[in-house]
Amino acid sequence: MNRKSLYRWLLIALMTLVLAACATTDEERVDDDEGLTDEELAAMERDRATEARGLEGRRSLEGSELEELLNDPNSPLSRRTVYFDFDSSEIRERDVSILEAHAAFLADHPDQRITVEGHTDERGSPEYNLALGERRALAVKRALVLYGASDGQIRVTSYGEENSAALGSDEESWSRNRRGELVYR
Amino acid sequence: MRKTIARLRPLLFGLLLLPVLGRAELIIEITGGAEAAIPIAVVPFAWEGDGELPEDMARVIDANLARSGQFEPLARSEFIETPNRREDVRFPNWRALGVDNLVLGNVERDGSGYRVRYELLDVFTGQRQEGKSFRVAGDALRTLSHVISDEIYEALLGRPGAFNSRIAYVTMEDRNGERRWRLLVADADGHEPQTILTSPEPLMSPAWSPDGEKLAYVSFEGRRSEVFVQNVGSGERDKVASFEGINSAPAWSPDGRRLSITRSRGGQTDVYVLDMNSRETRQVTDSMSIDTEAVWMPDGRSLLFTSDRAGGPQIYRVNADGSGTRRLSYEGNYNASPSISPDGRQVAMVHRRSNGRFAIAVQDLDGENFRVLTPGGQDESPSFAPNGAMVLYATRANGRSVLGTVSLFGDARQTMSTSGERIREPAWSP
Repeated sequence: MNRKSLYRWLLIALMTLVLAACATTDEERVDDDEGLTDEELAAMERDRATEARGLEGRRSLEGSELEELLNDPNSPLSRRTVYFDFDSSEIRERDVSILEAHAAFLADHPDQRITVEGHTDERGSPEYNLALGERRALAVKRALVLYGASDGQIRVTSYGEENSAALGSDEESWSRNRRGELVYR
Repeated sequence: MRKTIARLRPLLFGLLLLPVLGRAELIIEITGGAEAAIPIAVVPFAWEGDGELPEDMARVIDANLARSGQFEPLARSEFIETPNRREDVRFPNWRALGVDNLVLGNVERDGSGYRVRYELLDVFTGQRQEGKSFRVAGDALRTLSHVISDEIYEALLGRPGAFNSRIAYVTMEDRNGERRWRLLVADADGHEPQTILTSPEPLMSPAWSPDGEKLAYVSFEGRRSEVFVQNVGSGERDKVASFEGINSAPAWSPDGRRLSITRSRGGQTDVYVLDMNSRETRQVTDSMSIDTEAVWMPDGRSLLFTSDRAGGPQIYRVNADGSGTRRLSYEGNYNASPSISPDGRQVAMVHRRSNGRFAIAVQDLDGENFRVLTPGGQDESPSFAPNGAMVLYATRANGRSVLGTVSLFGDARQTMSTSGERIREPAWSP
């Protein structure tokens, strides 16, 4: 592509953006119009949502491609669990590199979404542990955002002590259960 | 007599309506002894019919009384005679065995059902303290045994028994990594368990409605915690709390019209009250800490909850309108999962002992009389019996998750377990 045609393409792209901006403004004005029915407004909303998804689709990895990255033991993304001390939601120093790798991946793939699951060991109050699990998941999310991922890419959920990784009843099992898991779906 | 049968009928009918029958009976084990308990003998009921006695009612009654920790039933092997009516009793024999009270009875067929008669006798005076006869349906002998146990308990202790009540709990089965959670309802003695919900995702925190007809609980079937209410009899269920963040810790207000729940917003976990009619929520606590697992005082005007606002989790009390928060627990650095006695005078909790073991403890609402009830280990989820005389909880025994009961009188403890399943999150019905 020569320089001249590049400029032409850029100009077209710019015009498209301007037009899109105008369209948005128009739509916003239309939204205020009481003449439109709820169904019409909803349909408009759906159209916009659909288009947005279409554009986003280009920048996320294909299923099998992602699978490979997650399962390749040499890939930094193959490690997706961080661990916590008892009754603590502080990220340990040794887990920082794991979170940095995922944050970098998420920053490179802005349309990739993940869920951070917070878990606790089985001791004490299940309900308190559910809240503690969320606190851990949020700590993981905050770290990921700090290292470059964006807020909207990360959903948090807590399982508390309800879904143990290890079913034993000893310090080794407990320490394996106090964890945050990064789930790519 | 009529009244008792009327009480039995809806209960039996309700049980029959339950959708799925559980197979695994709970295995009961007595782990603690009784002290200063009333010595009593429950003589096997005479069976006036063909074949085997359809239900060993005396054994059910005997086990109930022993489990309460307030009775010390004499072992059958010690019996010198097995009378079935007062006229046949040789009281000196029983006095010599150190027994204060004697229970006798007989069962006979009556159409498709049975006629059951029992007597409670004072061994010293030879007088009858209680005695009735019942006509019941063919499958009601076990339930009737619980009713009779309650009558004996009340006649001798002056307060109602809690044997004719039920427990709800969650089991988890792990088959080569494939997990299945179940919500079950059983008799208070662990018998007749029936599954009312099965899920491939976790279930937790069952809570009985004050009328005993519904259970609120937390289900992760949507891959996050949401609160459901299920009619125990019909199996009909309804999702009642599915806000963004955590939805958990349901507890019914005493009038059954409101449900306190825990919600998290922006990382802040607080107690809310959900109006069951309008489905509107109102925030009760508001702090950056974890505030969760609220339970209602019997007058419905205040709640107890767990908060880590002072560092570790401790128990607090708050008025239902969110005012007047004050701390209740001060022993050690971990107290959680409050359960209030039906008279509103005591609170049971999970307490982390100085040796790191989690035990069940109880204290008065005014902060006095803190005492640890169990040796501890991994005890959690305490739930008071409807008569306030026992606490049901989840624990570990021999490497397995089991349910335990502990008496507030003496130190009688029992465990209930099923083979191959973890059993947790018990809740005793009203």
